[in-house]
Amino acid sequence: MIEVKGLNKYFGKNHILKDITESIDKDEKVVIVGPSGSGKSTFLRCLNLLEKPTSGDIKFFGESIIEKKININIVRQKLGMVFQQFNLFNNMTVMDNITLAPIQLKLKTKEQAEKKGIELLKRIGLDMHKDKYPSTLSGGQKQRIAIIRSLAMNPDMILFDEPTSALDPEMVLEVLELMKEVSNQGIGMVVVTHEMDFARDVATRILFMDDGRIVEQNSPKEFFKNPQNERLKTFLNKVI
Amino acid sequence: MEFIEYIKTGFHSTFIVDDRYKLFLEGLGNTVYIAIFATIIGVIIGSISAIVGFYVKTTGRLKPIGWIINIYVIVIRGTPLLIQLLITYFIIFSSSDNAVMIAIIAFGLNSGAYVCEVIRAGILSVDKGQGEAGASLGLNLYQIMRFIQLPQAIKNILPALGNEFINIVKETSVAGYIAIVDLTKAGDIVRSQTFDPYFSLLSVAGIYLIIVSGLSFALKKWEKRLSISDRS
Ligand SMILES: Nc1ncnc2c1ncn2[C@@H]1O[C@H](COP(=O)(O)OP(=O)(O)OP(=O)(O)O)[C@@H](O)[C@H]1O
Ligand SMILES: [Mg+2]
Repeated sequence: MIEVKGLNKYFGKNHILKDITESIDKDEKVVIVGPSGSGKSTFLRCLNLLEKPTSGDIKFFGESIIEKKININIVRQKLGMVFQQFNLFNNMTVMDNITLAPIQLKLKTKEQAEKKGIELLKRIGLDMHKDKYPSTLSGGQKQRIAIIRSLAMNPDMILFDEPTSALDPEMVLEVLELMKEVSNQGIGMVVVTHEMDFARDVATRILFMDDGRIVEQNSPKEFFKNPQNERLKTFLNKVI
Repeated sequence: MEFIEYIKTGFHSTFIVDDRYKLFLEGLGNTVYIAIFATIIGVIIGSISAIVGFYVKTTGRLKPIGWIINIYVIVIRGTPLLIQLLITYFIIFSSSDNAVMIAIIAFGLNSGAYVCEVIRAGILSVDKGQGEAGASLGLNLYQIMRFIQLPQAIKNILPALGNEFINIVKETSVAGYIAIVDLTKAGDIVRSQTFDPYFSLLSVAGIYLIIVSGLSFALKKWEKRLSISDRS
């Protein structure tokens, strides 16, 4: 689980995240929505320290990840991330993409890692592509491989930053389907997305961010039916 | 006819008389020798400074070493090569008279700063998302550099290193200032003996041109092969 307390983030003089306090349970599926520039990505990237918070505390399963003495790499092994631009390693085959971290971090032998890799690739029907390079794959295939690359680490939670925003429309569905599947296997998810149907179907809770704050949150049903905040009402009118 | 006659006598006095071709060969040998070893030193120094510099920048650790690297690059790039060579010879190694070795060190140190920049730029040319994806899986900086960033940067770095070698071949022409008979100095010596600046100096220029063009051509072909095998 993730506990955020008094999180502030500045880029130079710009106050991007404003005193955010929030807590996300280990098997929750939290969807974050909000207008562009409201700080969704920055918030997500603070959670695994790709961005360094200016102040405040973040705990992952009770342990502060801000403290100097903590090894953030250990935390990241259990807290995956999926990016808008997929970020598959261009210089490696699909299989090497999946097995690099488990092997290098000595979590698995090469044989174990590849066995798991094949298993995961079969699950998404891409096992015949295991020796291909990312540049030869479609966006939807790349993103699904990025998701199983993250699953290969057996993470407790995964952060998704607009995983379908860079995809051609016809490929969005296959990625959302896989994410739904992942949501059913007890892995906590924090998903920034504009896919409102996904939020409605999968989320246990939806957060609305505006101008660096989480200004409203609710169960999907109430979130869409009974929005309170004026900005949220405007936002929902625009996206639905 | 007169012109052909001139070429004949010019060639004869410049290369044949007193076995002067041997002087040219010695000079060419020194030029190539210095260029090769200076490049090797430059690549080693440049790689280490670039990678350490990158480590300092991303972790904020070992900052003083980062400053030293920056100062090194600024000083080397901000002063003429010839003055660096003279300082190395007359001040730093004033007690040694192994001029070729000193030239290799001076040219190597000079090249290191440029190589450092080349490698820095090569690493920066790799999309930031690649390293972030590695980090998000729990890989450490060394693993990210070794398995993800450097293999992708190398395609930009290698051709630039080839160019660096070509540059060094030309730049070694100032080695004569510290009593080394390199190709340029050989031509200059012959000029003073034959009193024919045309034949001696133009021959030297021609030899440089052939070497540099040959290397550039080989480099182009190689770059093409690299880009064909580029899968990204
Ligand atoms: N590395 C950075 N340096 C400076 N400013 C940044 C940086 N990253 C983000 N910002 C700024 O922080 C603000 C919030 O950006 P962020 O990417 O978190 O928004 P977002 O809600 O994810 O938007 P979007 O929906 O467009 O992805 C923006 O004004 C952005 O310009
Ligand atoms: Mg964003």
